[in-house]
Amino acid sequence: MKSYDIVIVGGGPAGLAAAVAAKKAGNDSILILERDHELGGILNQCIHNGFGLHTFKEELTGPEYASRFIDQVKELQIDYKLNTMVMDIAADKTVTAMNREDGMFQIPAKAVILAMGCRERPRGALNIPGYRPAGIYSAGTAQRLVNIEGFMPGKEIVILGSGDIGLIMARRMTFEGAKVQCVAELMPYSGGLKRNIVQCLDDYGIPLLLSHTVVDIKGKERVEGVTIAEVDERSKPVPGTEKFYSCDTLMLSTGLIPENELSRSAGVDMNPVTNGPFVNESFETSIEGVFACGNVLHVHDLVDYVSEEAAKAGEHAAAYVKAGREAASAEEIRVKATGGARYTVPTTVSLDRLGDLLTVRFRVGAVYKDAFVSVYLDGERVTHQKKRIIAPGEMEQVILKKEQLTAHTGLKEITVTVETE
Amino acid sequence: MEKRELTCIGCPMGCLVTVEMENGEILNVTGNTCKIGDTYARKEVTNPTRIVTSTVMIEGSDFTRLPVKTASDIPKSSIFAVMEVINHAHAKAPVKIGDVVIKDVAGTGVDVVATRNIA
Repeated sequence: MKSYDIVIVGGGPAGLAAAVAAKKAGNDSILILERDHELGGILNQCIHNGFGLHTFKEELTGPEYASRFIDQVKELQIDYKLNTMVMDIAADKTVTAMNREDGMFQIPAKAVILAMGCRERPRGALNIPGYRPAGIYSAGTAQRLVNIEGFMPGKEIVILGSGDIGLIMARRMTFEGAKVQCVAELMPYSGGLKRNIVQCLDDYGIPLLLSHTVVDIKGKERVEGVTIAEVDERSKPVPGTEKFYSCDTLMLSTGLIPENELSRSAGVDMNPVTNGPFVNESFETSIEGVFACGNVLHVHDLVDYVSEEAAKAGEHAAAYVKAGREAASAEEIRVKATGGARYTVPTTVSLDRLGDLLTVRFRVGAVYKDAFVSVYLDGERVTHQKKRIIAPGEMEQVILKKEQLTAHTGLKEITVTVETE
Repeated sequence: MEKRELTCIGCPMGCLVTVEMENGEILNVTGNTCKIGDTYARKEVTNPTRIVTSTVMIEGSDFTRLPVKTASDIPKSSIFAVMEVINHAHAKAPVKIGDVVIKDVAGTGVDVVATRNIA
């Protein structure tokens, strides 16, 4: 097997953008490993528009957005292997993978970029009582059936969870002639983007039932209906509020989980909040030379952010291969999330490696109206930005200039927080 | 005076925009944080449009569906008429992004085009 400097695990939006950036940064020895039969990842089944507003200043569909990067990968003659499953990543960056042509093979890489994406939370993780009839799908599986395979999963639909894929599928099923009864959401707010609620539910009069959940599934061979009840502040169903909805299909859009089995077995330190690796300003994990980007790092709502982060991971991987890791001139700065901010990416910053700007991305744990996003450098507030609304379904960011950080001599900690005044 | 509350979809901000109207005339637009919100709100209360995305059957390839979209936005009221035409359309491989699959769909004056390359 040919050897490579940089092995990228996953050929979706993150892996593609990382590969293109690493190549443009001067590395000529890059391999993408993809388990599907084509590049592009989940974008191939996301046939709706709205991708690329930030990056390309136009509204592309998922396949169009993917093709912009796939074309670049091909033009830049970056190697990739399809139908290839990565089995293991060792702490010394040896990647073990297999496919039908090559069998099992190992590549001793100098740098590895984790870009495996995420997967959907399944029914088994939700504790819904009832039999196991046909007609229960995760929203993404249903999306693949409709958009790639060309099958309709059902005609009368209830959707549990208001994640973006569920919202998009509510509209998609309506377009294809199905009746979407409602979208039930356990939390008092939606987990999806505002524009998706407007364009996928409001446009077609599909009710969004906040603080509601499915408490029973009726049907033994095929779903016949579900019982939905209101829940209290502790997410417990309120007796007496149960209502039966007839349906032949229940779709679940109840959250995405970064797919980090390979990262864990490699020994990468994981953030329990995001279920993704801890990374520094270069998107490097706790293992030197192993980088992470995209949904395997933290689940995104905008692919533009994925491409942007992945490009940085790719550049830093190329720089690492070229120069190795120089001893840092100062201790790393910690980045901490408090008071409403649930986590930050990155969690550490080295001023030596940082470019001109530091972008810190984070999510909040509840809906905040007319609140402030604040940044403290060792207790001194340097950012106090008013926001009309901050919601858990939409990733937030603050951008700090390197001068701000270097001006603060001996800086130890950057704190990102949400304040009401 | 009539008040309509809209959520701007121009960007992920999702500004809550209020349009004040009287006898079908827009008096005031508030709540938007940029020009896009103003334009969106004015259009949304007078002439709402959408881009429709779907798939059509494709022959001569391992793929069974070809993703498509309307080349530009169409009136919101024409969505289901457009879907009806799309549901009966076929395409033949090879297809390139931007190839016209249906001309002037449902009398909207807008073409339906392919959104992926299928060899």
